[in-house]
Amino acid sequence: MRFAVVQFGGSNCDRDTYHVLSDVCGVDTDLVWYKDGLKRPYDAVVLPGGFSYGDYLRAGAIAARTAIMAELIRHAKNGGLVLGICNGAQIGSEAGLIPGTFTLNAYPKFISRHVHLRVENTTSPFTALYREGEVIRVPIAHKEGRYVAPDDVIARLNHEGRVAFRFCDEYGNTTPESNPNGSAENIAGVLSEAGNVLAMMPHPERASEPLLGSEDGVKIFNSMIAYIEEHGSQGITQ
Amino acid sequence: MKFDVIITIGLKEGMLDPEARAIQHALANLGFPTESLRTARLYRITLDAEDAAAAEREAGQMCERLLANPVIHHYTIEVE
Repeated sequence: MRFAVVQFGGSNCDRDTYHVLSDVCGVDTDLVWYKDGLKRPYDAVVLPGGFSYGDYLRAGAIAARTAIMAELIRHAKNGGLVLGICNGAQIGSEAGLIPGTFTLNAYPKFISRHVHLRVENTTSPFTALYREGEVIRVPIAHKEGRYVAPDDVIARLNHEGRVAFRFCDEYGNTTPESNPNGSAENIAGVLSEAGNVLAMMPHPERASEPLLGSEDGVKIFNSMIAYIEEHGSQGITQ
Repeated sequence: MKFDVIITIGLKEGMLDPEARAIQHALANLGFPTESLRTARLYRITLDAEDAAAAEREAGQMCERLLANPVIHHYTIEVE
């Protein structure tokens, strides 16, 4: 089993994510510079947080149109797992891996703090180790994280169980006050139609060790590992 | 032939525009009350094309493939 963490110019959570995968979860992981492409078979590819291309044009827009993303889209079409975190989520939405988009926060300010999330889906490759309705605590750090999609898309996401996480209060209530960025229906993480892509604004890699004050995020990576162990290698075959 | 193409990209009607709201507040604080304010981004591009229609088609492709996000944006194209 092998994971890749893609580094773009301006990625800055790449090494944190690599550390959690290789040192905390113990999975073989490569840091892959975007110009080098995906040269080996990978079971899962993580698009880390940061400010690729300085957030020029729109956050994630330029990175989404690089050559490695065409390889990543093929990987996803083959059933390989893709996790987009923060800027990685923005890149994933700009690349069309999930519907909708993440845009300027309702209050147009950078927010960096811990939030609570309610786990809405416990059957995806990313969330299977959580309990349904479990409330977890992970940080967010973004200015463009407000999830927007047409009403019919939101209805479909709800109907198909493709909202992975919602912003909530510590008791699991999804209130306007617990919605830090004004996302539609408090949506914090969205799954692709086939369920093998998760784009989320919160940072699970920053909540994966006791030292960091929360270990709630590590279950996402461990869910992916368990899924790959159970279902075998998918995605890129070379 | 060289053409100047002006592409204007704005938020679709009804989309929340937090930046516009903040600017509107700031204007009001300076004594300029405004009824509405919307922001847009303008690109002035010079390109080679066979004719004006081809230049407009090229600009349309630019919008569809990179410059605009169809979830939130609409765009207009003028060829000079």
